[in-house]
Amino acid sequence: MKLPIIKGIKKETAVSLLAVVFGLVAGALFMLMTGNNPFAGYAFLFQGGLMSIERIGNTLATSTPLILTGLSIAFAFKTGMFNVGAAGQMLFGGFCATAVGLTLNLPKPLLLTLMLIAAILGGALWAWVPGFLKARFNVHEVVSTIMMNWISYWVVYYTVPAYFKGEFLETESRKISDHASLKVAWLSDLFGGSYINLGILLAVIAVIVISFILDKTVMGYELKSVGFNRFAAEYAGVSVNRSIILSMMISGALAGLGGAALYVGNASNIQIGILPSQGMDGIAVSLLGANSPLGVLGAAIFFGLLYSGKGFMNAMTNIPPEIADTIIATIIYFAATSVMIEKFIDRIIRRKRGE
Amino acid sequence: MEYVVEMLNIRKEFPGIVANDNITLNLKKGEIHALLGENGAGKSTLMGILFGMNQPDSGTIRMYGKDVRISNPNVANELGIGMVHQHFKLVHNFTITENIILGVEPKSGLAVDIKSAANRIAKLSEKYGLNVDPYAKIEDVSVGMQQRVEILKMLYRNAEVLIFDEPTAVLTPQEIQDLIKIMKNLVSEGKSIILITHKLKEIKAAASRCTVIRRGKLIGTVDVAATTEAKMAEMMVGREVSFKVDKKEKEPGEVILKVENLSVQNSRKVLGLKNFSLEVRAGEILGVAGVEGNGQSELVEAITGLRHAESGKIFLRDEEITTKPVRARINAGIAHIPEDRQKRGLVLDYTVEDNMVIEIYDRPPFSKNGLLNREAIRKYSEEIMKNFDVRAGKGAESMARSLSGGNQQKAIVGREVELNPEVLIAVQPTRGLDVGSIEYIHKRLVEQRDSGKAVLLVSLELDEILNLSDRIAIINNGELIGIVNAADTDENEVGLMMAGVRKGESA
Repeated sequence: MKLPIIKGIKKETAVSLLAVVFGLVAGALFMLMTGNNPFAGYAFLFQGGLMSIERIGNTLATSTPLILTGLSIAFAFKTGMFNVGAAGQMLFGGFCATAVGLTLNLPKPLLLTLMLIAAILGGALWAWVPGFLKARFNVHEVVSTIMMNWISYWVVYYTVPAYFKGEFLETESRKISDHASLKVAWLSDLFGGSYINLGILLAVIAVIVISFILDKTVMGYELKSVGFNRFAAEYAGVSVNRSIILSMMISGALAGLGGAALYVGNASNIQIGILPSQGMDGIAVSLLGANSPLGVLGAAIFFGLLYSGKGFMNAMTNIPPEIADTIIATIIYFAATSVMIEKFIDRIIRRKRGE
Repeated sequence: MEYVVEMLNIRKEFPGIVANDNITLNLKKGEIHALLGENGAGKSTLMGILFGMNQPDSGTIRMYGKDVRISNPNVANELGIGMVHQHFKLVHNFTITENIILGVEPKSGLAVDIKSAANRIAKLSEKYGLNVDPYAKIEDVSVGMQQRVEILKMLYRNAEVLIFDEPTAVLTPQEIQDLIKIMKNLVSEGKSIILITHKLKEIKAAASRCTVIRRGKLIGTVDVAATTEAKMAEMMVGREVSFKVDKKEKEPGEVILKVENLSVQNSRKVLGLKNFSLEVRAGEILGVAGVEGNGQSELVEAITGLRHAESGKIFLRDEEITTKPVRARINAGIAHIPEDRQKRGLVLDYTVEDNMVIEIYDRPPFSKNGLLNREAIRKYSEEIMKNFDVRAGKGAESMARSLSGGNQQKAIVGREVELNPEVLIAVQPTRGLDVGSIEYIHKRLVEQRDSGKAVLLVSLELDEILNLSDRIAIINNGELIGIVNAADTDENEVGLMMAGVRKGESA
């Protein structure tokens, strides 16, 4: 009876929550070591993310690309692929959306639809290549997705200055018009002027759709069977190669959508020379979320909260903003070593039973 | 009488299960002592404790009358306990000597003194009649020889007590006899042996005493010479067991599955199956006998579509299926109980019910418009579980991983039989199962035959082949050595053919 919380909660959830707790405790230790009061630190950190309706909006906006890249990577994991290329897929997806937004002049709903389709297709295309290479030539996807990240990086590096150069800077594209932005007045107003945008709705819809695909559909059943045991799937007549390609493309499409949320939602232009950090952070989100769509949603919002609150903490205390990053890193570390935490939980449960 | 090893009142619990409950086993010097029990009876746990891989919760272990604490396998080695594992732990491109000295290399200066080691190995080999060439590479020698290397590894480390874990699973009948001879040599030279097995015939042939455990409890230790096989089987299972499969005479019908001049590459890209032809008729069980790795997997995988054929043709009734994809063959009526239930047979992280529809989830009523119909899947799975006596903690919702091996296998057999196939291909359908489950699965296979299906049975257990088959095809080195009628042959003939001796030739 000592741990009533653990009762009734799935083990994965408990592991993730413990990883968070350990991470926060470690963060508190770091704050103490730098001579600061951890209670004050955390108070400002969470205030920074949640204090006002506007800040909540900003937190959600920060979380949006993370939800989508986390979902992208979690989906790939569930279906047996390790997609390290979400960064490249989201950059290319975001670039496609930006390019469409800067080129066409159409009514907003139509233009946004086209831009989102472009982002989805761009991401899917970028992930199709590693999927195809794996299915056809058994090239490991970790290698090929990393290489695709750099191809994406250099494509944008060349194309943006050549065709979409900004007014003042060589290193970024022109700003998209309001027409081409996922920001809409009613949503910004609802959140007191925050830069929250339609991206968050898309992300939530994506979570629901992916959940549905994984749990309820024949396609999800096939893809997961390949992910869990490709030999058994092969034995049962599932086309493993087709599954590999399809799973990569869906994963890439989600990352591409994440790119749209970042570059034509939160931001309004695309910069060259940067791979979006959300691509790699998505791996952490997926880990902490135990690869489940709902878990990803929760984990991404939590990470978003840390990211968006750290500026305020920095302004109000002497705690270096790197502490927030350290906390995130520590949480990732604990989530990644979840096997250890699981053993720890098992031991507690056993002791409770008096064995 | 002096005991080499005494395991007294050993108790070991794992979460939710008592694996060993107050078990006592005494090993005399110079005896072969069999440890008999069904799968999951606690044999491995008990031996794991003796070998230092597990610690007992209570009880004592004594060697030569003195209490010892075996905290890890290194301690066991130092005490002179060696284990010949079921799956050999050998480096394939090393020589036999290099494998044996791995970890205890004799040094001269900085270099490894291979020569003196090889000499010592040659001497040991001669002493115990092992007939091993110290300089041969593992990849060039037979499985039986590899096992002798494992034995030599123990002798080289001065083991006095040798534990053999199911040693005959990978051997031909002739190799089994050789092994028994070797074990007898070992004990006559003063070594003591514990033989873990569930094969009664081998206990009869080799052991002097036998300890039987059932569900973690000690049933008793008997004198092998004075106990019948039937009695030991009863002790092991807890009820009377019939060894003979009831099989009515039956005239086979038309040809269902035909394999014509089939050649197939193995995973090393050389022909694993050469110009192989075979016919299986309705209402017959055709057994394929052979030593592991002689082309059986290539044959089965080519028929089921998992591996493509280099040349030759495969027909199901009159339809050629040589190049069809796996799913098309399943739909055409080929069911397949795979060799490895955990690698191919099941998605272990799926529930039992998800596993039960793994070939037919895309058919109505299990799905419609791309959406799964959970209710239909549940109903279908529960039916199979009921019909095939599959026991699982949470019923159809249990994870496949959580089932015992026997229940996993019964689930697969049930799933494949329920497909109502034209041909049922059963590969090692009872591997690693206990006597009760074996009896049950054999009965279901014969039922398939009696209901007019064609059954292709591939097994490494010669007894299983001889008991179940109507005809037996013998395969060696990828070639068909011959086909014999089960009624007109015996273990010896088939055994010789398995070693590659064609009928009519002399050994």
